[in-house]
Amino acid sequence: MPTSPSEPAGRAGRADPAGPSGPATAPTPAPTAAPAAVPRPAAHPGPAAAPVVASAHRAAPARADLAIVGAGPAGLAAAVTAAGLGLRVVLLDAGDRPGGQFYRHPAPGLGAARPEALHHGWAEFATREAALRAHESAGRITYLPLHHVWTVVPVGAAGARRGHGAPATEWILHAVAGHAPEERAVAVTARAVLIATGAYERQLPFPGWTLPGVIGAGGAQAMLKSGLVLPGKRVVVAGSGPLLLAVAGSLAAAGATVPAVVEAASYTAYAGRVPALLRNPGKLVEAAGYGGALARHHVRLLTRHAVTEAHGTERVEAVTVARLDRNWRPLPGTGRRIPCDALAVGHGLVPQLELATGLGCAIRRSPDGTVALELDAEQRTSVPGIWSAGETGGIGGAQLAMIEGELAAHSVAGALPAARLTRSRARLRAFADAMAAAHRPGEGWTGWLRDDAVVCRCEEVPAGRIREAADDLGARDARTVKLLTRAGMGWCQGRMCGPAVAALAGEEGAPDRRPLSCPVPLRHLAELPPAGH
Amino acid sequence: MHSPRSLVGGTPVAAHEITFDGRELPALPGQSIAAVLWGAGILAWRTTREGGAPRGAFCGIGSCFDCLVTVNGRPNQRACLVPARPGDTVTTQEGTGRADLAV
Ligand SMILES: Cc1cc2nc3c(=O)[nH]c(=O)nc-3n(C[C@H](O)[C@@H](O)[C@H](O)COP(=O)(O)OP(=O)(O)OC[C@H]3O[C@@H](n4cnc5c(N)ncnc54)[C@H](O)[C@@H]3O)c2cc1C
Ligand code: FES
Repeated sequence: MPTSPSEPAGRAGRADPAGPSGPATAPTPAPTAAPAAVPRPAAHPGPAAAPVVASAHRAAPARADLAIVGAGPAGLAAAVTAAGLGLRVVLLDAGDRPGGQFYRHPAPGLGAARPEALHHGWAEFATREAALRAHESAGRITYLPLHHVWTVVPVGAAGARRGHGAPATEWILHAVAGHAPEERAVAVTARAVLIATGAYERQLPFPGWTLPGVIGAGGAQAMLKSGLVLPGKRVVVAGSGPLLLAVAGSLAAAGATVPAVVEAASYTAYAGRVPALLRNPGKLVEAAGYGGALARHHVRLLTRHAVTEAHGTERVEAVTVARLDRNWRPLPGTGRRIPCDALAVGHGLVPQLELATGLGCAIRRSPDGTVALELDAEQRTSVPGIWSAGETGGIGGAQLAMIEGELAAHSVAGALPAARLTRSRARLRAFADAMAAAHRPGEGWTGWLRDDAVVCRCEEVPAGRIREAADDLGARDARTVKLLTRAGMGWCQGRMCGPAVAALAGEEGAPDRRPLSCPVPLRHLAELPPAGH
Repeated sequence: MHSPRSLVGGTPVAAHEITFDGRELPALPGQSIAAVLWGAGILAWRTTREGGAPRGAFCGIGSCFDCLVTVNGRPNQRACLVPARPGDTVTTQEGTGRADLAV
């Protein structure tokens, strides 16, 4: 077992940021004999170094072989695989339990006897969680929950941050740990980093979307899975993408009435992509499962429709649903009201990239119009020493995320992955791309965005002001709009309004760029070493 | 009648209480403050700076910051992330709390 990575070599070609045809087409290298992927400085103490106390509460190794950001399906699978291959791993996650979005589950205190009732494939999580606990007690994995990594900085190489110059020899991850008011700053040093930060929901605003009771579709799912609560009794589910079916199924199973699932795309768009579907029997069964659950609960699926307005004063009381043309433009005169006390809405997912883009990792455009990381066959980004797996490399679901995590762990350890893994990834990626293309928002959606509708929830900027900035003041991208209107300048840093602002400015949607991944107490910023250290 | 509880079965370890604007609300161990409020049928616990519009949880996962609330006198806490602890005093947040974070 390749437990001791040797000198880095043969990676020189990867020092440049990858073009669109770069690393994605790189051949799978020959593994056991290949140079180990973890850059190792000569004076490095190595995996057997005695752990030192890096934070007040938990012991992390002085230098981990691999630091993983995100304990979702991708990061968790990577951590247990890497530890199994002999690496010393530190696994950090902003949340308090492993599992990420898909395997989000109630806290132990809630005493759920059947948490698996909220998930497909619970066993895949349970075995990995058990492995995590075993590796933890054996000292191979340091798992740090409630640690939000807000920046990753290279050590030992000027210029490595932007992907050129000599590769960094190690990385420092800065995190905010714990809940206010007891939060504290923690730094973790590692020779390789895996970014598995997942995704957040894409929102396309409409009049009334800021009313209480209008919530993200994934958000409703997350609140149900972790807190066992529902936002209302009669919940319309709307937007686009397969997640809507899962959300409607869980809400209905938990006792909500779901009058309709309103899907902007047409599932017949899948017909042209049947080969990809047929190569994924598991996914077909899953789709059929959702269909069955929806039929059982009498949930209607309206395709080529959208919620074009939410009504109410103190909270949502009804929504208007209208037919769309092929380009997602609402057809006049087709609107009708559906009474409800909550609306769960989302239009697919957006990869969460700020840590990776901050490091200069190359990006690519996905078929759903979002920006994802450009990764090679071993899950390497264009920056040597930085890997990524899961939704950050393109939205693809939990199963693909786990496979990618395992592939990344093998690559970091310089080990040969099972051919089965590579095959499954290709199959699931093809399927994900087909779905992504079918649910890509049509440009006509802005037809339902009246000028008085709020677009930026944080700064309360209406669509009319953004259109003015674009049409009268010549703003052509989200950045300029932000400077002119404050849209995207608030707490969420444009995560909620970004896609809409870009669309109104006539831009395709910019990659996630944020100086800090989350708000950081100012006193922690002061603890950052000056650049170059 | 189905409910989230009937779906997952079991019983919570020990219930406790928090107060919201002076009202006592039942909380289950491990629930976030947003979950406790939703459980009591409360969907809004903040008003915006400009329009004074009511807001509550939106993204459910810590990324939208719409669910900001004042907990034990500290404003700008994300209700969807912060666990409800026995005896917590939660109050509606009006406009800006206090800006001591760098974004
Ligand atoms: C709100 C929401 C709900 C979803 N619900 C479902 C569902 O019910 N069914 C389904 O099939 N798919 C669902 N998905 C899709 C989801 O993306 C899954 O496909 C799967 O969880 C992806 O796995 P992942 O490991 O790539 O990312 P995730 O599961 O998203 O895991 C990423 C992890 O990284 C952590 N993280 C992110 N940034 C940082 C940081 N800077 N520092 C520290 N930790 C960080 C997060 O806390 C999270 O635990 C949902 C997505 C979202 C956004
Ligand atoms: S609901 Fe979005 S941050 Fe809490």
